[in-house]
Amino acid sequence: MSMLSEKRPHGMQDAIQPEENAPSRAAEAVMLVIALALGLGGLAMVGYSIDDRLPDGFWTNALVLTALSLTAHIVLRIRAPYADQVILPAVMLLNTMSLAMITRLEMDDMTGADAGRHLMWTSLGIVVACVVLLVLRDHRVLRRYTYTVMVLALVLVVLPLIPGLGREINGARIWIYFAGFSLQPAEFAKILFAVFFAGYLVANRDTLALAGKKVLGLQLPRLRDLGPILVVWAVSLMVLVGQKDLGTSLLFFGLFVGMLYLATERGGWVAIGLSMFVVGAFAAWTMFGHVQRRVTIWLDPLDPELYEAVGGSFQVVQGMFGMAFGGMFGAGWGEGYSSRIPFAFSDMIYAAFGEELGLTGLLAILLVYLVIVQRGLRAAIGVRDGFGKLLAGGLAFVMALQLFVVVGGITRVIPLTGLTLPFMAQGGSSLLANWIVIALLLRTSDAARRPSSLPTRGQLAGPAPTPVGHPGAGGAIEVGPGASRQDREAARQSMPSPSDEMTQMQAPIRYDGGDQA
Amino acid sequence: MNTTLRRLSTVVMAMFLVLMVSTTWIQYVQAGDLNDDGRNVRKIYRDLGAARGPIVVGEDNAVVSVPVDDNYGRQRVYADGDENIAKMYAPITGFFAVNGNTAGLERSANDYLSGRADSLWLDQLQNLITGQEAAGSSVDTTIDPKVQKAAWDALGDYTGAAVALDPKTGAILAMVSKPSYDPNSLAVHSGGEVNETYQNLANSKPQINTSDGSEQYSPYSVLNNRTIEATYPPGSTFKIFTSAAAIESGEFTPDSEVPAPNGYELTNTSTPIANFGGYDCVAGQTEITLADALRTSCNSSYLWLGGEVGADGMRDMFEDFRFDEGLEVPMSTVAGSYPGLGNDDPDSIDRIELSGMGQGDVRLTPLQVAMLSATVANGGTEMEPYLIESIRDSDLEVVEKTNPSTLANPISSSTADALREMMIGVVEDGSGTNAQIPNVSVAGKTGTAENGNNRQPTLWFTGFAPADDPQVAVAVVLENAGSSTEDTASGTLAAPVAKAILEAAIN
Repeated sequence: MSMLSEKRPHGMQDAIQPEENAPSRAAEAVMLVIALALGLGGLAMVGYSIDDRLPDGFWTNALVLTALSLTAHIVLRIRAPYADQVILPAVMLLNTMSLAMITRLEMDDMTGADAGRHLMWTSLGIVVACVVLLVLRDHRVLRRYTYTVMVLALVLVVLPLIPGLGREINGARIWIYFAGFSLQPAEFAKILFAVFFAGYLVANRDTLALAGKKVLGLQLPRLRDLGPILVVWAVSLMVLVGQKDLGTSLLFFGLFVGMLYLATERGGWVAIGLSMFVVGAFAAWTMFGHVQRRVTIWLDPLDPELYEAVGGSFQVVQGMFGMAFGGMFGAGWGEGYSSRIPFAFSDMIYAAFGEELGLTGLLAILLVYLVIVQRGLRAAIGVRDGFGKLLAGGLAFVMALQLFVVVGGITRVIPLTGLTLPFMAQGGSSLLANWIVIALLLRTSDAARRPSSLPTRGQLAGPAPTPVGHPGAGGAIEVGPGASRQDREAARQSMPSPSDEMTQMQAPIRYDGGDQA
Repeated sequence: MNTTLRRLSTVVMAMFLVLMVSTTWIQYVQAGDLNDDGRNVRKIYRDLGAARGPIVVGEDNAVVSVPVDDNYGRQRVYADGDENIAKMYAPITGFFAVNGNTAGLERSANDYLSGRADSLWLDQLQNLITGQEAAGSSVDTTIDPKVQKAAWDALGDYTGAAVALDPKTGAILAMVSKPSYDPNSLAVHSGGEVNETYQNLANSKPQINTSDGSEQYSPYSVLNNRTIEATYPPGSTFKIFTSAAAIESGEFTPDSEVPAPNGYELTNTSTPIANFGGYDCVAGQTEITLADALRTSCNSSYLWLGGEVGADGMRDMFEDFRFDEGLEVPMSTVAGSYPGLGNDDPDSIDRIELSGMGQGDVRLTPLQVAMLSATVANGGTEMEPYLIESIRDSDLEVVEKTNPSTLANPISSSTADALREMMIGVVEDGSGTNAQIPNVSVAGKTGTAENGNNRQPTLWFTGFAPADDPQVAVAVVLENAGSSTEDTASGTLAAPVAKAILEAAIN
């Protein structure tokens, strides 16, 4: 197992007193202030440029966002003190900027733009993320639900196809409606898929990687191991065909191929996966009119006929017009005409930012996303268990992939799809799901950065945390430096039973320091 | 797995790089094309919404932007909303419509009016630093409101145009085109209404007088600035040009005897061209001086002269005057045409002969005819016509001033002096006596151009005054205003219009 040979983080060998090492998270606090200042500054500028005054509800926004940031910061200090300090401020920056943009669109009386709802969902997202951090004390717990999660994910993906429940909006059937609520199940499914893939792959990675023939230098898997992969392939094609959404299917498939590669370290899998997707996508293109139309629009959106056509290239072209108008430095907050871009508050918010903040602003936004993704990958590299590596790696990658699909669609790298920009687009599902992703990444990064030297004998470090749930039922297990000896004992005892698939792997819970003891 | 995670991290980097490149592609590389796309209304929105600068005529603003409470933020108002004055200045100001249609200075001076011209970089930098809203510059025109008004009134209900130049600088003093339109009707902030109005105006072409009562319409709509966007056969005003070419050739002087038969048969054809009314140009003479030929507007003499100067001589002179080019005043003017220039007209001598009296395939804009007179007035130096006197930034400081520049030197000063004397003769004792101004020596030339197809002739007058120290050169055209019964129609109808303009400019 490669994990045994991994280098320990710098300074690990020294006997560190955990309480001395626990970061104060001051950096995070400072960056949060900066993020809020940028976002709220944008909000203020929007109001001044359109109405010559602060926008309605500015102080409510400021208060709520500050309170939420503070809450998240405090929760992290208590429950994940070692977690990456950059992730939360980066996400807050994106989220508050999007609030400014949606407020700006609402001030232009754009139908559908609703800053109030956006703030509500943001709040809910942050609260849920905090709850996840509070309840889920160890990401490895999720591994117990590998197959439950898979079933749930499949159900979520299929939901929009059920007549009466699913609804087709703008040609894509990726929404479900019930009891007055609308939901984009794919946003949640991507998390569940990441959890499932991580659990499945960490158990089967050796079989997948090593059993099978070598053809032309490619290590091919055995047919029987292909089963789950074929299922995912079928599901993503079903999404493509049934829900008419290239983006979501690309997201699921890319996620699986990426994680497969992570787990098996075999490039052959990527080749097989990509060629399977290309074959499927090509078949869909030849068979279905809506796929062909998307491709035609993608290839030549400025064609006058396509531009005029119902369901034609109007949306893409308006986005391009907006971005072009923004140019290098943008028209300025509230100075552009971004409310002319269809769906400027959701699917096309990237173009709206391009118009108001220009190329400079968009590159900055892309860099902020890149920082979040790379910090997620960094957490995956740092964390010591295979499941955590796959989970964090998968979640970080799926965010990058989603960004690629959305921004690539708007900037004509690939055909436009119905995915939303994480943390920026207005929409409850997207905000909620992505804040959960952030909570999971923070949780993993906390585990990755937590020094695991044992506390001094007899010392109970810090505010003694209590495990949530009881060990026997598989509740969260405190394994950090603050944990008491009893806690760690409990952790040992709650290791999976021999029947668990983990037995062929190393024990899921290990103490670095414990080995030394 | 850390190896693959690191590789994945590289893949992610590559994906972001692709996005950065594609974003840059749209916002930087393609931006210009996308902004110029007619379907992109942002530029118009911005230009209308910005503090667009005024167009100034004399002491008054012909156009201003006033703040209004709608999506655009500001409303363009022409001549304080006075329909008649707005119409008078319409060929100069043009309009700026929300559907993307623009004309006149609103179009040609847009970079100044919107404050985006390169010469305003200091202002732009200031605004960037102070955070002030970019304000457009004011465009001060060379138009003399007095002359403009005189030309507008003198043209009355005619379909036609008048343009007045300062011959020494090329400054355009008056620019009138009739019938005109009210730019305010195109400045409304309703795309649908603008489209409808625009279509109506673009289709609104005045009816032409015909000799047989048939229903015919002008090729030019009310939206066309007839002084620079319309070409007409110059008729007898072109005899100034033919005389210039003849004298420049060195073979003729104003005193040279030229044949003046009572009718001329074009070479290689059996088409006889009669003199006006079929009379001798000078009763009882078959040979007259060149000066007399111009004074009496003798067709047979000039048909002969056109052939004498020849295709090369005529064409060279046409090119020397730069009549074969469009100019930017700053509005784009259309080029004139001459047989064998810029098209594949047959190189037959009869076409050249016909051009000698400004018929056949010769066509000029009224501005070019005015430039012909102005060049004579200015001693043979043709000045480049211009409409913008200066550009002042939002603090009213002059940031740019037009320096008069020479367009060409088509004729020598001695030729110009000779032509001046000949043109004085026309007004003193020839076809243009109706342009006489008491105590002022006026030089000029009438013109009556046939249009064919039973369309009544187009009437011209061009000239300058005072002849000894020219302050103004003018061209007046009355589209199809003549009638077959009035043989001196241009002198009767066009000359008084020119006289009114000259008078207004001198006093």
